[in-house]
Amino acid sequence: MKQVFQRPESLTDVQMHYCPGCTHGIIHRLVAEAIDDLGVRESAIGVASVGCSVFAYDYFNCDMQQAAHGRAPAVATGIKRVLPDRIVFTYQGDGDLASIGMAEIVHAAARGENITVVFINNAIYGMTSGQMAPTTLLGQKTTTTPQGRSIEANGYPIRVSELLATLDGAAYIERVSTHDPKHVRQAGRAIKKAFQTQLEGRGFALVEVLSTCSVNWGMTPQEALDWMRDNMVPYYPLGVYKDSARKEEAAHD
Amino acid sequence: MAKVLMKGNEALAEAAIRAGCRAFYGYPITPQNEVPSYMAQNLPERGGVYLQAESEVSAINMVYGAAGCGVRVMTSSSSPGLSLKMEGISYIAAAELPCVIVNVMRCGPGLGGIHPGQGDYFQAVKGGGHGDYRLIVLAPASVQEMADLTFEAFDLADKWRNPVMILADGLLGQMMEPVKFSQKEPLAVEKPWATTGARGRRPNTVNTLDIVPESLERRNYALADKYSRIAQSETRWQEYKTEDADLLLAAYGTSARVARSAVDMARAEGLKVGLIRPISLWPFPSEPFERHHGKEFLVVEMSMGQLVEDVRLAVNGQGTVHFHNRLGGMVPTPREVLVKIKDILLGGEGQ
Repeated sequence: MKQVFQRPESLTDVQMHYCPGCTHGIIHRLVAEAIDDLGVRESAIGVASVGCSVFAYDYFNCDMQQAAHGRAPAVATGIKRVLPDRIVFTYQGDGDLASIGMAEIVHAAARGENITVVFINNAIYGMTSGQMAPTTLLGQKTTTTPQGRSIEANGYPIRVSELLATLDGAAYIERVSTHDPKHVRQAGRAIKKAFQTQLEGRGFALVEVLSTCSVNWGMTPQEALDWMRDNMVPYYPLGVYKDSARKEEAAHD
Repeated sequence: MAKVLMKGNEALAEAAIRAGCRAFYGYPITPQNEVPSYMAQNLPERGGVYLQAESEVSAINMVYGAAGCGVRVMTSSSSPGLSLKMEGISYIAAAELPCVIVNVMRCGPGLGGIHPGQGDYFQAVKGGGHGDYRLIVLAPASVQEMADLTFEAFDLADKWRNPVMILADGLLGQMMEPVKFSQKEPLAVEKPWATTGARGRRPNTVNTLDIVPESLERRNYALADKYSRIAQSETRWQEYKTEDADLLLAAYGTSARVARSAVDMARAEGLKVGLIRPISLWPFPSEPFERHHGKEFLVVEMSMGQLVEDVRLAVNGQGTVHFHNRLGGMVPTPREVLVKIKDILLGGEGQ
């Protein structure tokens, strides 16, 4: 009988701890498939961050380091500079990357650090139970914005892909979503391309993946996917923001 | 090899390269700037990586990454910069990653000043970052020791899988003295735990998280056990004219040089005075103090009183511990220490 579906070699068989409806598991799989497809599992060194994906070192079947909150790009830099022929990636959430770790990600991108960053944007702090994130949408209710995020009190959400795309060191930046199978497939293509960018030595690559947090958003899994499509995608437009291999930057939906 | 005249900071950097340091991540701050400059000029052409980080926070986390790959790596800073590194140092200690961290101390608190100080003693030897951990802390008192102890620091770090700190000060970093570099080979230590890519083996993980109390307690007891083994075998100090001394001075680093001059001046006047100079600040050398129980002690340091607390613990009530200090970047003079010595030995209580 022909086997048509199996666990990627780059994922362990450890049961994931993610909540029902969370898209971390899907994105982990996409990362693992990219590593498998490129045949780099044995030269990959991943860096887990602090947030819901803190246990990523248990799930990826490759060498892993677990970094302090926000510092994954610095840790990855330390690794890549001493082992330049290894494939180094970070897996970070929005609190980790866009709040406490903003300096590290901006400077890693500015240096054109030849690493791959998988950036999960779910517009909330998941692990600490639903506080406002730098990517929380205006009006969005969290435990620390009980009346909804307001411009007066909290300012505006940060569009990370657009911000980093202004830096000359960024080689490839794309924002993708996981709200339906079509977009999951596109996310997989983008993540693979971000690893390919590193293999070609072109510099800093980041894929921003819009993701759900149904538990802390107070929704069912399906409601969360719909909410992401209807609210996050309009504020965080999908598409390629930087591709140094391509002259013209085309957007997709 | 002949002696060469070098600044303390440069001798430290050269010794690090000779010890096999292959990566340096740092950020500018006075008075340690000669260390990164020397590394930037010399490390790349001798097979290493130099990178100026965007912050002290990033620099220490780059050290974490490289140390996790099994590479000999160093960072250097000065007091305010060390405060920023403390988070990363706690992680490095918890992950048991070998590396060398240099603090060329200036005077504080806050931005303080750029002149020499010894106010970071507690931060270096008592923790500094969160949680329970220990650094091996070595305190040079000459340019020669800036080189020798830095070389040794890399070996100790690998031997014990533990971060080692060189606690120097701005005077030692900036002054020039003749130095002779050791011709010995760095200790070769296997690092099967390093993350280098899981080629033909199971994946390695560098991690400090363990949310199961029973498991984390086991891990922490293992760390504590390692620390007691370090304390048993890596304690270092130097004694000067202590054998017949009635009064024992205690000082490290720049203060120890001043104290040693004061000992000579006191001896010239017939006073029986000696010096105990801790070289490892952690583990602390209690033994020489215990051997001199019942005598008078005088701690000289450039802080509000930090080393003096460890001396009191070692003396344990079996003798009087006096204290002399200067602050704010002022360095004590041998003459003012001599006045204090005479006050203690000839003038009654003296405190």
